[in-house]
Amino acid sequence: MSELPKLISKESLAPSDPWTELRSLTPARIALGRSGASLPTREVLALGIAHAQARDAVQAALQVDVLAAALLPLGLPTIHAQSAATSRTAYLARPDWGRRLSPDSRGTLEALARSDGPDVLLVIADGLSAVAPQQHAAPLLSALLPQLQGLSLGPLVIATQARVALADEIAECFAAKLVVCLIGERPGLSSPDSLGAYVTAAPRVGSVDAERNCLSNIRPQGLGYDEAASQLAGLIRAALAAGISGVALAYSPAPSLPPSA
Amino acid sequence: MSYRAAIGLRSYVFDSLAELLAKASPMRSGDALAGVAAASAEQRMAARATLADLPLTAFLDEALIAYEADEVTRLIVDSHDAAAFAPLRSLTVGSFRDWLLSDAASSAVLAAVAPGITPEMAAAVSKLMRNQDLILAARKCRVVTAFRSTIGLPGRLAIRLQPNHPTDDARGILAATLDGLMYGAGDACIGINPASDEPAKLRALWEMLDALIARYEIPTQSCVLAHVTRQIEAIKAGAPVDLVFQSVGGTEALNRSFGINLALLREAQDAALSLKRGTVGSNVMYFETGQGAALSANAHHGLDQQTCEARAYAVCRAFRPLLVNTVVGFIGPEYLFDAKQIIRAGLEDHFCGKLLGLPMGVDVCYTNHAEADQDDMDTLLTLLGAAGVNYVMGVPGADDVMLGYQSTSFHDGLALREMLGLKHAPEFESWLQRLQLIDAQGRLQDARSLQALPLHEAINQLGDGLRR
Repeated sequence: MSELPKLISKESLAPSDPWTELRSLTPARIALGRSGASLPTREVLALGIAHAQARDAVQAALQVDVLAAALLPLGLPTIHAQSAATSRTAYLARPDWGRRLSPDSRGTLEALARSDGPDVLLVIADGLSAVAPQQHAAPLLSALLPQLQGLSLGPLVIATQARVALADEIAECFAAKLVVCLIGERPGLSSPDSLGAYVTAAPRVGSVDAERNCLSNIRPQGLGYDEAASQLAGLIRAALAAGISGVALAYSPAPSLPPSA
Repeated sequence: MSYRAAIGLRSYVFDSLAELLAKASPMRSGDALAGVAAASAEQRMAARATLADLPLTAFLDEALIAYEADEVTRLIVDSHDAAAFAPLRSLTVGSFRDWLLSDAASSAVLAAVAPGITPEMAAAVSKLMRNQDLILAARKCRVVTAFRSTIGLPGRLAIRLQPNHPTDDARGILAATLDGLMYGAGDACIGINPASDEPAKLRALWEMLDALIARYEIPTQSCVLAHVTRQIEAIKAGAPVDLVFQSVGGTEALNRSFGINLALLREAQDAALSLKRGTVGSNVMYFETGQGAALSANAHHGLDQQTCEARAYAVCRAFRPLLVNTVVGFIGPEYLFDAKQIIRAGLEDHFCGKLLGLPMGVDVCYTNHAEADQDDMDTLLTLLGAAGVNYVMGVPGADDVMLGYQSTSFHDGLALREMLGLKHAPEFESWLQRLQLIDAQGRLQDARSLQALPLHEAINQLGDGLRR
């Protein structure tokens, strides 16, 4: 019979690495310590929690009524539009469906269409993280709207199972001169709630990514509401004045589209 | 030319070789998105049965993308080695699979016939192979390359240390690099994906890695994964560039969307070779690929994504790379929906690359919107270890804070070594032993008892900076 191990002290298990102080230099997961070849329990749990939050953000459904109520004080009518992706699974597998309106939504929006389109149409889309627009759309818009004085605005369109380009078709229905799509970005492990803002001038079905300007990582821990609103207002006015957006627009900040939007 | 098959009372017609390959491919979301996937499970099997009877020479007779229209096709056709192909000439795709799994297909024989195998032949036979077959056949294909370390030897595994930082902060990158070295990672290379494309910032990264490698005599090579034109400019400006990196694809149109062509890659290889910085070898190129890239650039010419991927390996092998890896789960669920598809694609890519004679590694990875998690990555990593993968990624805690995806960690590398008894690249192993970071058996030592080591000097210098 083999000998029983001596009393195992908790302190001797999964010790920290001696270079723990270097962790302040990078958000990367360094100096994690190890249990044999493997991660210590605390680190398995930490990564598991971050991934769980990201997964929940991907799967979460946008609570349209709650969002509409939060937008009410802005004083603009709200409309709900749905893409041609009929489920979250279909949405994730088929980005082409998420870029087109469902037949029902297309009919609803066409019935509301007017020939004198607004200068700016604001679309609030779930994208890959409904958590982001749920939390950040209303405060961002309340900071943005005062900076858009003098421009005509369409209704606020809440879009579900939506990719960025769905806003193009919605804008086409309203004959809008410019569309802003506020959309949940692909959740990162430390940022399940990043909101992106895409500005497209002269939007139409088939507008390409190079025609868009993008602000990314809008959330209190990233690009704050006030800063995002003033950058966005500047972009909107520059794009309207030039009649173009995207890489051809001589305006910083940050043109073009990151992948998987 | 069209192809016919009958299963029971139903008959199936495939209008082209491209359609036959696409319909024979295991189900994946990217092929459905492209509209080329089989419409039913039976149609898929009908395509496979038809493919099994197809002579390998069919792929020499019919180009999937016209010779005149695509320089990758021209590369495949013009570089085909008829003498190496001679022993395989009478085989069908189905009998090719049987032969690959037989004892007759030894490591030496597989290396000899590799220049006679085209990417389309490799893709075709992979579609008839189960995961088990892909592992068994790949582990017989040994591809050994070298620069300052030797990678791909039997019983060994290398790790690319990937110390990315969201803003390319030099101290942050150095901290992650030292972390990885202390975990015994970095024998494949130390490779940074920069957030910035500014030449001055890139130059600083090359200088930092060069100084680190020189100061501590680390038998590895650095790489800054900027666009290839940036790297050529840097070499001309005198930057200490070890490896030249580029993402490549299997069609001329996809490569155009990456801003490259074969001539540019040749220029890059020549530039890197001119520096003569390798000590034990002169493989200077590092390529990355991945299924779905061609469709995402609308550059797939109606081909399925796995066949496009295999064609990318023809581009790679023209440049004698040190490292090639397929970034298998990075692209997202619209191309590889879930872990089943990611695992299958990783094994296919590794097999096809190895069969064609490439030093294949795999970035075992996934994004948060794919149906996959760490357990699935453990599965794929273990399978690839069994298949003899040349190298995998080492990212702190598996969480890449610049690129926003999960890859394999330094710990995962240790786990794979322990599970399968895999040693480091030999030069790196000696270095780690000299520093007493590993023992004679290759096991990592307790870091707390090693305060006098050279790497601690670097750690302490970084730490001093924090305290000042």
